[in-house]
Amino acid sequence: MKAELMVHNANQIAKYFASFPHEEAVAGVADHIQKFWEPRMRKQLHEYLGQGGSGLHELVFEAAKALH
Amino acid sequence: MALLQEIDFGTPKHISSTLETTLVTLEIDGKAVTVPAGTSILRAAVEAGVQVPKLCATDSVEAFGSCRLCLVEIDGRRGTPASCTTPCAPGMKVKTQSPKLAKLRRGVMELYISDHPLDCLTCAANGNCELQDMAGVVGLREVRYGYEGENHLQAKKDESNPYFTFDASKCIVCSRCVRACEEVQGTFALTIEGRGFESKVSAGNKPFMESECVSCGACVQACPTATLMEKTVIEKGQGEHSVVTTCAYCGVGCSFKAEMQGSEVVRMLPYKDGKANHGHSCVKGRFAWGYATHKDRITKPMIREKITDPWREVSWEEAIAYTASEFKRIQAKYGRDSVGGITSSRCTNEESYLVQKLIRAAFGNNNTDTCARVCHSPTGYGLKTTLGTSAGTQDFDSVDEADVMIVIGANPTDAHPVFASQMKRRLREGAKLIVVDPRQIDLVKSAHVKADYHLPLLPGTNVAVINAIAHVIVTEGLVDEAFVAERCEKAAFELWRNFVAEARNSPEAMEPITGVPAADLRGAARLYATGGNAAIYYGLGVTEHSQGSTMVMGMANLAMATGNIGRRGVGVNPLRGQNNVQGACDMGSFPHEFTGYRHVSEDGPRHLFEQAWGVTLNPEPGLRIPNMLDAAVDGTFKGIYVQGEDIAQSDPNTKHVTAGLKAMECVVVQDLFLNETASYAHVFLPGASFLEKDGTFTNAERRISRVRKAMPPLGGLADWEATCALSNALGYPMHYNHPSEIMDEIARLTPTFTGVSYDRIDELGSIQWPCNEKAPEGTPTMHIGGFVRGKGKFMITEFVPTEERTSSKYPLLLTTGRILAQYNVGAQTARTANSSWHGEDVLEIHPFDAENRGLREGDLVALASRAGETTLHAHISERIQPGVVYTTFHHPLTGANVVTTEYSDWATSCPEYKVTAVEVRLAKKMSDWQKQYLELRQQTTQIGQGAGQPVETGVSR
Ligand code: SF4
Ligand code: SF4
Ligand code: SF4
Ligand code: FES
Repeated sequence: MKAELMVHNANQIAKYFASFPHEEAVAGVADHIQKFWEPRMRKQLHEYLGQGGSGLHELVFEAAKALH
Repeated sequence: MALLQEIDFGTPKHISSTLETTLVTLEIDGKAVTVPAGTSILRAAVEAGVQVPKLCATDSVEAFGSCRLCLVEIDGRRGTPASCTTPCAPGMKVKTQSPKLAKLRRGVMELYISDHPLDCLTCAANGNCELQDMAGVVGLREVRYGYEGENHLQAKKDESNPYFTFDASKCIVCSRCVRACEEVQGTFALTIEGRGFESKVSAGNKPFMESECVSCGACVQACPTATLMEKTVIEKGQGEHSVVTTCAYCGVGCSFKAEMQGSEVVRMLPYKDGKANHGHSCVKGRFAWGYATHKDRITKPMIREKITDPWREVSWEEAIAYTASEFKRIQAKYGRDSVGGITSSRCTNEESYLVQKLIRAAFGNNNTDTCARVCHSPTGYGLKTTLGTSAGTQDFDSVDEADVMIVIGANPTDAHPVFASQMKRRLREGAKLIVVDPRQIDLVKSAHVKADYHLPLLPGTNVAVINAIAHVIVTEGLVDEAFVAERCEKAAFELWRNFVAEARNSPEAMEPITGVPAADLRGAARLYATGGNAAIYYGLGVTEHSQGSTMVMGMANLAMATGNIGRRGVGVNPLRGQNNVQGACDMGSFPHEFTGYRHVSEDGPRHLFEQAWGVTLNPEPGLRIPNMLDAAVDGTFKGIYVQGEDIAQSDPNTKHVTAGLKAMECVVVQDLFLNETASYAHVFLPGASFLEKDGTFTNAERRISRVRKAMPPLGGLADWEATCALSNALGYPMHYNHPSEIMDEIARLTPTFTGVSYDRIDELGSIQWPCNEKAPEGTPTMHIGGFVRGKGKFMITEFVPTEERTSSKYPLLLTTGRILAQYNVGAQTARTANSSWHGEDVLEIHPFDAENRGLREGDLVALASRAGETTLHAHISERIQPGVVYTTFHHPLTGANVVTTEYSDWATSCPEYKVTAVEVRLAKKMSDWQKQYLELRQQTTQIGQGAGQPVETGVSR
C-alpha cells in the first residue's frame, strides 16, 4: 500500500484513541493494529518506522513497541 | 407443495400491548368460541371454522362494513348486523345462516353482479375471485336487473403500471384497495371518489404511474376481483403450486410464496406468516424478479487468458480445473498469501460459509472478506465493542412499542420499504419521530407522517451531532442512572460522561460545524431521553464515513445512557442494505474472525475449526478488500475468487479497484451477469439466483429464513456446488449433499447457532439467533437483563472531522443514497420494469447552487472530485440543502464511485461514500472515464462464437 495511505490509516486509529487516558490509548492502538492489520501491513509499518516513521502520530510510535 | 391458500380471517388480529388480554366466550352456530376482547364476530367465526360470506372485509385491513354480505343474527338483538364490524361480547349467541340471511345475501350479490361483466370464463381471476366464490356460496341463480340500465361495463382500463392493471369495469367499490394503501402500505395514493353509483376508485384522478403510488402491490393483493391484477397472471394464468421463500433484495427479508407453473414463476405473493413482513412487500420483491430469467444471464462457464481476449465457453470441469490450477500455480510462485476471495451478501449463509471455509482451509490463509466491508462493517465493530455482539438488538415488531424513533442516515421508505410501512403505522398511532439526515427524506414529511424534528446536518458531522445529543442528556440530568449503575462498566461511563459534558460538545458549540440549530438539537435530545421507549434506526448514512464505527458506538452510548436497550420498543437497529449482510458477517466472512464473531487469534475457536476441518489455520488476520487491492498493486496478491459481488462497481475509488484487478493473474467471478468486475476476470462461473437453490438468509433482525429452490439452476450448479467443486479440485475435499448439511456444520461450530437446523426452521417458520440451549426458540430482543459482553461499555467518541474538505476548487459536498425501485448496483432491478421509475441516476442540487452555476432542470452536468469525474443529469430540489448534492449509485455508467475517494472508516476501512468534496458544472458530453468505460466494456465482454459445450452438472459430488 502507498506509504501515504498507510500513515493516514494508522493516524486515523491513533486519533480515535487519542482521547482516552494515555495508557489505554497506546494499548488501544496496538491492539487494533494487531487484530486487524494483516502481517504484510504490519511489516510495512515496522519498516516505515525503521526509516524514521515520518508523519506518524505519536501514539503509533508508542504502540508499535507492543506489536509483533 | 400445492398452491398455498392462507386463511383469510376477515379482520386483523388485535394484539393488545398489555400482557393480560381479556378473553370473551361466545357461541357461533352452536359452537363455543373464545377470543380476545375486541375481535370481530367474523374473525371469531373463521377461527371456529365457520365461514361467513364476505366481500369488503379481509384480514390485512380494518373492517369497513360496506358490502352487507357478512350479516348475521344475534339472539336478543334486532336486525342483522354486519359481523365484520361487530365485536364479540361475552355470552353472545350468533347465527350465521338462516333463510332470512340467505335472502338478504342473495339480494346483495344480485346487485353486484348486475353491474359486473359476466366473462368469468376468460377472466384472469377465474377460480381465484371472491366475487365469483360468493355468488356460489350464496346460491345466486338469477339476476333480475339487466345491463340495460346504467352500468360501468365500459369503464376504461389503466395499464400504466408495468406490473398490474386496473380494470375499472370489474370494480365492486369495496375499498379494500384504498384501505390497503392506507393501512398496510401507508402511502394514501388511492381514494374512493364520488358517491353512490358514481363512486369509483381513483389514484388522485391520474393514471397509477403518475400518481403517488409506489407499486407495492398491497392493493392488488387485497382486491377480491380481477380489477387490480398482476400482468403476469393475466398473461400466464394462475400458479399450480407454491414455494415459500425469502426475498433476495433488501435486509428486511420478506417472506414470499412463489406461485409457480412448473418451474416458471407466475407471481410472488408476500407470505402472511412471514415474521418480518406479515404479508406485505415492496415493488422489488413482489414484482422485480424477472431478472432471474433475463436473456443476459450467463449460463455457461467461461475462461480466457487475457482480459482483452474474447470469452471462451467451457464445461464446468474445464473451468474448475483451470481455476484450481491457476490458484495452485499462483500460490506456488507468489506464496500462500497471494490469493483470497470475497463472499456475498446476496448469496446464502451456507454459500458464504463455504467460500470462507475454502479460503481458510483450501487456500490456507485468511484473505476472505465480504461486501459488508463497504456497508455495515462499522456496525459489527461498534456494537461488538460496546454491547458485545455484532448485530441489531431488536426484531422489527419491536417498533410497535416504540414511543420515539430516531432515524439516522437511513431512508427506510426507499431502502427498507416494508419496515418503513410498519414504522409509519406506529407513527400514525402517535409515536414521535426524529430524523437526522442531510436530506429531507420522505419520512420527514409524507402522508400522515411528519417528523417532530429534522436535524439536517452537514455530511460528515454525525459524531458531532451524537456527542451534542449526549451532552444535553448528561448535562440536563437525563441519564438513567439506575440502568447505567446496574448494567454498565462504571469507569468507562465516567470517562464518557466527563467527555461529552465538556462545553466543546454542546449543541451551541457544535452548531457551526454541524449546521444543526442548537435549539432543535436540544429538543430532539430531550425527546429521545424522556419520550418513553426510544429506538434508534440507522443505515449507511451512519456507517459509510471515516468515523462510521465511532458513530455506531456513539449511538450505543446514547441507548445505554438512557436505558433504552434490553426490552421491546427500544434498541439500536441497523437497517441492512442487502438481504444477507447480517448473514455474510455471521458466517465468518471477515478476515479476522470465524463464524459467530470469534477472532482468528483466539486459540479456543481456532482449534475447534482446525479439528473439524482437519487443517492448521492461520492465527493472523487476513487482508480486507481494499488491502487485497493494495497488495495486488504492490505485486503480492495475484488471484481472487469473487462470489456474487461486483467490487468494480460497488467499491470506492473505481480507478484503484480496477488497477488492483488488472494487476492480478487470475480473477474468478461467479455471478448471474457479466458484471463490471467480470470485465477484469479470467474465469466466469455462472451463478444461481435465489430461486434456483436451497439455503438460508439472515435479515437485519437476525432472523434466519429459508430460501427454497423453485427451479433448477440455469447454469447447472448452485453457487455452493461450484464452491465445493473448486475446493475438491484444489485438493481440499468438500462433500455436502444438501445445504442443510452445511447448516448443521455451522451449528456444530457456532455457539449462537447450536439450535439452528433446517428442520427447526421449518418448525418455527424462521429463527432469530442466538438460538441455543439458553434460547431454544431464538432471541427476538437481545441484551435483556445483561449485555452479551457482560457490562455495557461506554466508548469515548471524539469528533474527528474527515480530511475530505470542501475547497474553492471543490466547494460542494456529495452524499449518496438509494431509491425505492432500484437495488444496489442495479444488476437485477435494471433488468426489470423497475427501470420505468428510475432509468438513470440523477444529481439532486439545491436551487441556489444550481442558479449559481447556471444549471437548469435536466441539464447534463459534470460531477468532479479530486478522484475523478463523471456526468449525469441535474435534478433541482429543495430536499437537499445548499452546499450539498446527492445522487444514487444504481447505474454503472454513472460511475458515482469514480468520484468517491479512498478515505475510509478508521476501524473497519468501510469507505467514506457519504462525503466527497465536489464541483458541479454544465457539461456538453460524457466524461473521459465514461467513454473509456464504454470502450472497455465493449472490449471485455465479448463471448467467442462456437466454443460452447453442453453444461455438465454434478461435478461437486
Ligand atoms: S400499489 Fe401500493 S402504493 Fe400503489 S396504490 Fe396499491 S397499495 Fe397504494
Ligand atoms: S379495485 Fe378491487 S379492492 Fe379496490 S374497490 Fe375495486 S374491487 Fe375493491
Ligand atoms: S426488497 Fe426488502 S422490503 Fe422489498 S420485498 Fe424484498 S425484503 Fe421486502
Ligand atoms: S364483509 Fe362485512 S360488510 Fe362487507
